[in-house]
Amino acid sequence: MKGTAGSKESSDCIITVTKQDHQEILIDSVVGAFFHDQIKLLIINTLKELKVENVKVEVIDRGALDSTIKARLITAIERMNAL
Amino acid sequence: MMRSLLFIPGNLPNMIQNAYLFDADAIIFDLEDAVLPSEKDNARNLIREFLSKNSNKKNTLNFIRINEVGGEFYKDDLELIVSDNIDAIVLPKANVSSVQTLERALSNIEKSKELQKMIHIIPIIEQATSILQVDQIASLPRVIGLILGGEDLTKDVEVKRTSEGNELLYSRSRIIMACAAYKITSIDTPYTDVYDDSGFEKDTLNAAALGMKAKCAIHPRHIEFINQAFSPTKEEIEHAYKVVEAKKNAELEGKGSFTVDGKMVDKPVVERAINVIEKAKKFNLVKDDEE
Amino acid sequence: MKNSLGRFVPAEHKPFFSSDDYKDDSRKCVSKKTKSKKVEFFSSYAEAFDYFNLKSGMTFSFHHHLRSGDGVINEVAKVIQEKKLKDIHIAPSSIFESYTELVPCIEGGNITLIHTSYMNGPVSTVVQKGLLQGELVMQTHGGRARSIESGELHIDVAFLATPTVDKLGNGYGAFGKSACGVLGYAISDLEYADKVILVTDNLVDALDQIHFSKNFVDAVIVVDKIGNPEGIVSGTTKITRDPVGLKIAKDTSILLDKLGLIKNGFSMQTGAGGTSLAVVDYVRSLMKKKNIKGRFASGGITSYYVKMLEEGLFENLYDVQCFDLDAVQSVQKNSNHIAISASKYGNPFEDSPICEQLDFVILGATEIDLDFNVNVTTDSFGRIIGGSGGHSDIAHGAFCTVIVSQLIKSRLPIIKEEVQTISTPGENVDVFVCERGIAINPIRKDLLELLAKKKIPTLTMKQLLDEAHSITGIPNKIPRSSKRIGLVEYRDGSIIDSLYQVESNV
Repeated sequence: MKGTAGSKESSDCIITVTKQDHQEILIDSVVGAFFHDQIKLLIINTLKELKVENVKVEVIDRGALDSTIKARLITAIERMNAL
Repeated sequence: MMRSLLFIPGNLPNMIQNAYLFDADAIIFDLEDAVLPSEKDNARNLIREFLSKNSNKKNTLNFIRINEVGGEFYKDDLELIVSDNIDAIVLPKANVSSVQTLERALSNIEKSKELQKMIHIIPIIEQATSILQVDQIASLPRVIGLILGGEDLTKDVEVKRTSEGNELLYSRSRIIMACAAYKITSIDTPYTDVYDDSGFEKDTLNAAALGMKAKCAIHPRHIEFINQAFSPTKEEIEHAYKVVEAKKNAELEGKGSFTVDGKMVDKPVVERAINVIEKAKKFNLVKDDEE
Repeated sequence: MKNSLGRFVPAEHKPFFSSDDYKDDSRKCVSKKTKSKKVEFFSSYAEAFDYFNLKSGMTFSFHHHLRSGDGVINEVAKVIQEKKLKDIHIAPSSIFESYTELVPCIEGGNITLIHTSYMNGPVSTVVQKGLLQGELVMQTHGGRARSIESGELHIDVAFLATPTVDKLGNGYGAFGKSACGVLGYAISDLEYADKVILVTDNLVDALDQIHFSKNFVDAVIVVDKIGNPEGIVSGTTKITRDPVGLKIAKDTSILLDKLGLIKNGFSMQTGAGGTSLAVVDYVRSLMKKKNIKGRFASGGITSYYVKMLEEGLFENLYDVQCFDLDAVQSVQKNSNHIAISASKYGNPFEDSPICEQLDFVILGATEIDLDFNVNVTTDSFGRIIGGSGGHSDIAHGAFCTVIVSQLIKSRLPIIKEEVQTISTPGENVDVFVCERGIAINPIRKDLLELLAKKKIPTLTMKQLLDEAHSITGIPNKIPRSSKRIGLVEYRDGSIIDSLYQVESNV
């Protein structure tokens, strides 16, 4: 099971969420040097909030703000669950 | 009260995060035409998350254009987007029955979500049948303004859209009268040729001269001119203050009727003056003279 | 040792103290060379190398008027490799992304020292990795001219791409198949290099107008092609359509107007970026509306300024670099469009250089900090992506220096507590305009008072920084490598900052 949301436009990100047997977060961000930890924390907190466990979250980030990253993650999870 | 409404595509983070920069009185986050059918879910989440985090210091109004009533996206749009962070739903292809349906739906959602405020409705009048019902639409509860949807309407009427706007004269006039009668805001259609500045300016001034009170824009560069065109002028504001002042004096002196600049002032003139002052205050137009 | 801005300066160099420090010094000029022999003509670079016995350890200079279309620096770099010369010092006025032949020269130790005023592309990348054996010195355009005339930057051979040369050895830039307009950055090289070699692809019998006098020219190399015309006038010379950029430009033009800077007889300069050009367009509308005629516009010249000259909105253009074809044609036909040298433009020791006569300038920044220090040399990672060019020269000279930039680009705030690299000191920066407000340098009390009187709201840099952080979050600090790779030299020759190696994985 897998869901993807977002785009490669500037200020956006693409997030892919895949069901697996453990949690894993992979972040490739143009501003990773400055914001990697914040992005990771946001993803961990959002997964907790949505009670989603054991997924691989892959983020390709083009400088998205937190609210954008969260929105894309939510959509990706919804799309994964809809399959 | 508003003069300018800026459409922002609902799935573009880059535009959404800059939406408030351009001094539009209201933002219309668009879930309808600007979002592909496959991306409606993405756009809803994006707008909702943005509005929940955003501080919106300028008190810009937040409107959402949802998809049409009865379509496949309508219910999810409402369910996922209605919150205390929004001020109104902009309803495309509106008619009496669809506005009533939306009205009921909003009542239910407000209850179930325990919202602190009432969500208003701004119908878009973009079908010939809706023009014929416009008086009734304007009278419905929650409706605070009507938007003329010039592009779709001219297609429906099978007439070419021009910057002179003769083809829209009747529709504009109908909407202006209906809005004036029910004390709601008449909102003009956006000018869609973004780089035709003179056409845009002509179209805007024409709408304002007919009596429209606000106008939509699809590009931020249109906002400044729209705000100017739909603001009272310096002379109008000065006159309004004179009227209110004269009224006060007349009341003190126990006079029933009075004049300003040699002209008789009656109740509608006073009401209009109060309105102008309110608008001038709200939009920061009452400035002391420079230097 | 640290300079007055707290930046590291190696012991053997003079630390930056203040932008007016040069006023205590007097102009030093080595004598311009006198040449008695007639001009030699060659048909290949190798012939010229052999004739003049060019050897390891020499300093070669170049100008960048052909911009991304320059073929001369690449050809010379190839000959350097073929002849296995070592420890060559190069001093091009700028280095663009197409100057790829320099890369193997740097990697192979053929080139070990670089002086330039602007640098990006693959050459930046190899230098950034620490592969240049010696040092990189980033100068300003005016500072480069000063260092050449004073003998501080001694040039053995100047290879000067010249669009048209006559049979006597005079050179001209504004016609020929590789026409680039004026040749202002090369004038110091022409006058002070030991040997001057023009390289051309258009040899004519005689010239009416000249930019290079044969009296300084030792030789001419005639080749098939000195450049690629598409790259020559390729600048980013279009008005931005980005709504945020347009807003910044509009707010800037309103500010300039309220400050009373757009008045009869005024002078201005802007960069050629999309936002700067939008400012030019708004200023043009204002001038027409108010029937104002300016004295001059200067710097890199674009079609927008040419149009304003032709409309009679300016008396003159002072042109050190043509950015597009309209500018190239204008300099050829319009006597009010005047070519100036880099020295006349920005050398602190010139008598009244153009930069000192400017009422206002609009400049960009990759970063700006709480003290208004501006970085145009590196990005927020510390990677070299440009350089001062004329930035520091005109920021010092102009009455009002305005920096325009988006506050946030791809989540990165442009405003920092401290910039990675200081290109232009904050004491020369007066105004910062971004999409979320205007900040005025507190040292400009006159401007603050005027704006307060006009009821134009301003913010402090700290307020703008906090605003940016409230949107993006607070970015992590990037640790700086301890390995220095170069210096940022201020226009007076003092060192304003150092450059550091950046690991390739950021």
